[in-house]
Amino acid sequence: MILGIICIMAVFPIILLVIASITDENELILHGYTLFPAKFSLDAYAYMKNQFATIGRSYLVTLGTTVAGTALSVVLTTSIAYPMSRKNYKYRNVLAFFVYFTMLFNGGIVPQYIMWTTIFHIKNTYAALIFPNLLMQAFNVMLVRNYYNNSIPESLYEAAQLDGASELQIFSKVGLPLSVPVVATISLFTGLAYWNSWTNALYYVTDPKYFGIQNLLMRIMKNIEYLRTGASELAAEGQAVSLPGNSIRMALAFIGILPILLLYPLVQKYFIKGVVVGAVKG
Amino acid sequence: MSRKRKETLALTAIAVPGILYFLINNYIPMMGIFIAFKKFSYAKGIWDSPWYGLNNFKFLFISNDAWTITRNTLLYNLGFIILGTALSIVFAILLTELGERMRGKLFQSALLFPHLLSWVVVSYLVYALLNSSNGFVNNTILPLLGVEGPDWYAEPKAWPVILTVVFLWKNAGYNAIVYMASIAGIDKGIYEAAKIDGASKMRQIMTITLPMLKPTITIMTLMSIGRIFYSDFGLFYQTPMNSGTLFQVTQTIDTYVYRGLMEQGNVGMSSAAGVFQSLIGFCLVMLANYVVKRRDPDNALF
Repeated sequence: MILGIICIMAVFPIILLVIASITDENELILHGYTLFPAKFSLDAYAYMKNQFATIGRSYLVTLGTTVAGTALSVVLTTSIAYPMSRKNYKYRNVLAFFVYFTMLFNGGIVPQYIMWTTIFHIKNTYAALIFPNLLMQAFNVMLVRNYYNNSIPESLYEAAQLDGASELQIFSKVGLPLSVPVVATISLFTGLAYWNSWTNALYYVTDPKYFGIQNLLMRIMKNIEYLRTGASELAAEGQAVSLPGNSIRMALAFIGILPILLLYPLVQKYFIKGVVVGAVKG
Repeated sequence: MSRKRKETLALTAIAVPGILYFLINNYIPMMGIFIAFKKFSYAKGIWDSPWYGLNNFKFLFISNDAWTITRNTLLYNLGFIILGTALSIVFAILLTELGERMRGKLFQSALLFPHLLSWVVVSYLVYALLNSSNGFVNNTILPLLGVEGPDWYAEPKAWPVILTVVFLWKNAGYNAIVYMASIAGIDKGIYEAAKIDGASKMRQIMTITLPMLKPTITIMTLMSIGRIFYSDFGLFYQTPMNSGTLFQVTQTIDTYVYRGLMEQGNVGMSSAAGVFQSLIGFCLVMLANYVVKRRDPDNALF
């Protein structure tokens, strides 16, 4: 079965990573990464326990920005999509174009970088991890707008209006509760984007205090790269000893994907549904 | 105030926070394109930096960089579109054959999973496979064939292949979802009729599935062509580990803009390349959308 072999190839690097993380460090240096190491060791995970201050902190940063960013994103996305879906809202098309246009044209990273750093001064703040780019996607707005259009009949709003509800009440008491499935989908997309995000910190963060797990991984890999290319400034400073070895790096990467691995079986269905809906009419 | 006006006002108020975000994050930088026409310095700021005419563009285009990054961006994307589409369709057809059975579900999970990983983690995985001292390829696979592996991170010739494989590995399973949905929409009766006529599986695929998929393929391809001037920053920045020897084959417009801005402090060149990308990118998106709209108005972006 060809597909079976392809599937094994697809997950193979991940298996290799997990095995490398529990392989004895000397084994890795002598025989390289392999599926059947001669000697196992949990040293890498023991080391991580010792380094809990750094690793735990970056884990918390990632977790915090993911939760905060996703929650804020859901509020903003649903609240701009809702008026766009109301048939008798005068500016619905103007608003829709305003959102669409961000998918067609962008000013590029240079003006954006200069704006965020010189006008908003977000360099080295938690805001830098949350605000640029990730917070709202036009694609998600369209997804929610279409959901409102297709699933909530206008008569429901009219009934609420007759009962004397204000627009904000209608949105929060009728619109939002009925949009749980689509909110789940965009939360999934946004949460994943925040968890995997490293570019915002790349541009806007220099202080390791604000590094999430992805940027911690980047920093560790970069330090190893110094050694590999011979430009071993760190080694010269006598810091080489404290550099995580091969198994530790792989263990860290494994910790980085662990939440995705654990949640994947539960959310895969919704993820696929979201992709299909977005592609069919997005 | 009339009831209608009150309603409009209230609905607008609900949208305001979202509008503000797009204004700041997206629209202000659009206006900021004029930076490419200035001799920008952080000390002088946006307004007081002197105008520089088209000089930034002139310097960009007389350097070899403009040609290299445009060529790389276009060629990689072209390869990704062709191979990616083919592989996604193959996956979609094979997964559909397996259907709702346990194995089909398991296989789809395996193929989709790489898409959920960050590019940082992907760079770790590629490193575990390729690094010269203890990577899996040089230590296990190549010795079996009796070949000595090179230092992959210093071997420019290998990277067009490596990057393409990594791209396909990460994205083909994801795009297959769209094609699977499309296949699921094909009338089963057509296949039944073909079976009665004695058509083989292969023949059914060639004469029913593929022709029925044509609209989806066309639209997905046009959308990708609309984005052909943009590259996946993570793929080209993370996977080659910033190896300078590889820039010739790994530098795209996006990594060039990043390195100009953040590593070399060359805001002029960087912003010129960014504007070049934005403008041509915009034209291509509009063109692609125009073509989609003419073929199938329902699937047009706007």
